[in-house]
Amino acid sequence: MSGPSTYVPKSAIGRWFESRLPVMGLVHSSFIAYPVPRNLNYMWTFGAILSFMLIAQILTGIVLAMHYVPSATEAFQSINHIMRDVNYGWLVRYMHTNGATLFFLAVYIHMLRGIYYGSFKPPRELLWIIGVVIYFLMTATAFLGYVLPWGSMSFAGATVITNLTSAIPIVGTSVAHWLWGGYAVGGPTLNRFFSLHYLLPFVIAAFVGLHVWALHVVGQNNPDGVEVKNVERDTVAFTPYATIKDVFAVSIWFIIYVWLIFFIPNYLLDADNYNIANPLVTPSHVVPEWYLLPFYAILRAIPNKLVGVIALFSAIAVLAFIPWLDRNPVKSAKYRPAFRFFFWVFVVICVGLGWIGSQEPTDALTLIARFLTAGYFGFFLVIMPVLSFTERTKPIPASIADAVLAKKPAAAEA
Amino acid sequence: MIRFKTALTSAAVAFALAGGFALAQETEEQPKPPRETWSFGGMFGTYDKAQLQRGFQVYKEVCSNCHPLTIPFRTLSQPGGTDFSEDQVKTLAATYQVTNPEPNDKGEIFKRPGTPADNFPRPEAYPNDQAAAATFGKAPPDMNLLAKARKYERGFPWFVFDALPGLQYQEMGADYIHAILTGYTKPDDPQWNLYYPGHKIAMPQPISDGSVAYKDGTPPTLQNYSKDIAAFLSWAAEPNLNERKRIGLGAMIFLFVLAGLLYFTKKRVWESAH
Repeated sequence: MSGPSTYVPKSAIGRWFESRLPVMGLVHSSFIAYPVPRNLNYMWTFGAILSFMLIAQILTGIVLAMHYVPSATEAFQSINHIMRDVNYGWLVRYMHTNGATLFFLAVYIHMLRGIYYGSFKPPRELLWIIGVVIYFLMTATAFLGYVLPWGSMSFAGATVITNLTSAIPIVGTSVAHWLWGGYAVGGPTLNRFFSLHYLLPFVIAAFVGLHVWALHVVGQNNPDGVEVKNVERDTVAFTPYATIKDVFAVSIWFIIYVWLIFFIPNYLLDADNYNIANPLVTPSHVVPEWYLLPFYAILRAIPNKLVGVIALFSAIAVLAFIPWLDRNPVKSAKYRPAFRFFFWVFVVICVGLGWIGSQEPTDALTLIARFLTAGYFGFFLVIMPVLSFTERTKPIPASIADAVLAKKPAAAEA
Repeated sequence: MIRFKTALTSAAVAFALAGGFALAQETEEQPKPPRETWSFGGMFGTYDKAQLQRGFQVYKEVCSNCHPLTIPFRTLSQPGGTDFSEDQVKTLAATYQVTNPEPNDKGEIFKRPGTPADNFPRPEAYPNDQAAAATFGKAPPDMNLLAKARKYERGFPWFVFDALPGLQYQEMGADYIHAILTGYTKPDDPQWNLYYPGHKIAMPQPISDGSVAYKDGTPPTLQNYSKDIAAFLSWAAEPNLNERKRIGLGAMIFLFVLAGLLYFTKKRVWESAH
C-alpha cells in the first residue's frame, strides 16, 4: 500500500546516509506519509496507546530489575526495599503493576475493536494472527511477573498454573518437575520465571515490529470496513492527522494511568500478595489478576482437568482461527445487525465469566460458568460460521469518502 | 436462534439471582467492617501527624509485645509520617537492644543499643515465628505491611465505585484493623471476633479502654486506640502516601492542561480534512 519511499532528504549528509541505509525513508513512509483511512474513530488510537504501554512496561521493568532480587528468601523483602528505600521506587513499582492492568485493558479494547469491525478478515489474517501471538505472550509475561513479588498469591498462582501441566497424560508430572526445577514451586522456579519475565517483553517487541510491518503492507481497516479505493479521496496522511489524534488519545489514557498510580495504586492488587509466600499457608481464595479471570472461570467450569486445560488454551487459540470462521464478506458490524447483537452478547459473556472467575465456586456458579463457556466458544464456532452465510447485511458504502460524506450532509462535496 | 436467546436470558437471570443470593448470605453470617473516615482517605487526604504519634505509642506499649514491625527506626523521622525529630529517633532507637548482623572480631554474636538505621527488633518474648506460634497457635503477623495485606470482599457493585474519583476507597486495611480491634463483642470469649472470618481469632482481645495513657488529652478509649493504631499501621505500610498524592495532583493538573491543548490542536488539524 505504501510502496517504495519517495522520500528525499533535504541535506547532503541526509542524502548520503539515505542512499546507504534508507532508515529515514522507512520512518517517513511508515509514520509520516503513510495513508490513513479518513473515517477512523478513536478505537483506532489503541495501537499508539499499546505501543506506549509496552515501552512504559519495559522501561519501568528494567529499573525494577536493578533493585529486585530473584530469590525465594529475598524477593519479598527486595520489593519492600524498592517500595520504601529506593528513591521513587514506589512510583516505578506502582507504574509497573498498574501498567500491566492498563496494558491489558488497552489490548482487550484493541482486540474487541478488531472483532467488531472485522479487522481480521482478508487481507489482514496474518496481521490478526500476529496480534493473537502477542496477546498470548502478554498473558505469559503477566503471569510470570505476578509470581516475582513472591507473595502468598504469587506462590498460589504459580502452583495452580504450573500444576496444569500435570494434567498431560504420562509425562505430565515430569513436565511439572522440569518447570519447577524441583519437586514443588520454589527458589529455582522463581529464578527461571524472572529470567523469562525479562526475556519475553523483547520477544513481544519483536512481534509488535512484525505486527506494524504487516499493518503497513495491508493498510488499516476502518469503521466502515471498505478498503481504500482512492488514496486521494479516502485517506489522510499519518502525520499530522493520525499523529495528533494518537497523541491526544495517549494523553487521555495517561490521565487514567496517573489516577491508578497515584490515587488508587492498590485497588487492583490482591491484599494477599502483601503477605510473604508460605508453602504451608494457601490463601483462602486463590484468584488470578482481573485480566485472566474469564479464562480461570473456563478452567474451573470443566470437571475434567485435562479437558479444562485444553479449554483454557483453546479459548485463546480459537482467536487465531476466526479469519476462517467468519467468512462474511461484510467486515464491519455497523452493517451486520445480527453479528452486532451477538458481539455484545459475547462481551457480556466475557464479563460474566470474569465475575464468576473472581468468586468462590458454588454449584450454581459452576453451572452458569458452563453455560457461559459454551456461549464463549459458541460465538466463535457456531455464530460466526452461521452468520457468514445467513446474515442479511445492510448495504455498505461504495467508498470511505462516501461514508464520511454521508455523515455530513451539510458539507458540500469539493 | 430464539431458543438460544431464551437460554441466554434465563442464564442471565439465574446469574443475577445467584449473585444476589451469595451477597445476601455473606452479610448475614459475616458483617463487613464499617467504613470509617480517615484523614488519609480521598484525593487530598494526608496522614495526621498527632494521630500517627498516638498510634505509635499504642504499638510500642501494646502491639509490640507480640507483633514484629520490620521497619527501620529512621522511618519515624521521615516527613509525612510520625515526623519525630532525628534526635528523638536516635534516643528511641538506643532504648532497644539490637543483635548486630555481623559477629565481633572474636566471632561472637553480640547485642548493642539500636541506631536509627536498624530495624525495630522482634518482640523479646518471641525471637522467631515458631516461638510465637507455639504460644498462640499462629504467629502474630509482621505489622510492616499489615494494613495493605488485609482487605475484605466489597462485592458488586461497590467494588466498581471504589475505583472512581471522589468515591475511591483505599483504606480497607485500616477499616479492617479497626473493626477487628473493636470486634471482641463476647465478654466471656476473648477469642471471639465479630469481624474475623469465621469469628475464631488466634489473637485474644489485645486492648481495651484505658490500656494506654495518651499524653495529648485524647480520651483513652478503645475507639481512639483502634483508630490511631490503624492509622499508624496504614502509614507503616505506605509511608510515601503524602508525597504520592502531592505528585499525583501535579501530574493530573499538567495532564488535563496538556490533553485540553492537544484536543484543540487535533480539532484544528482535522478541520482541513473534512
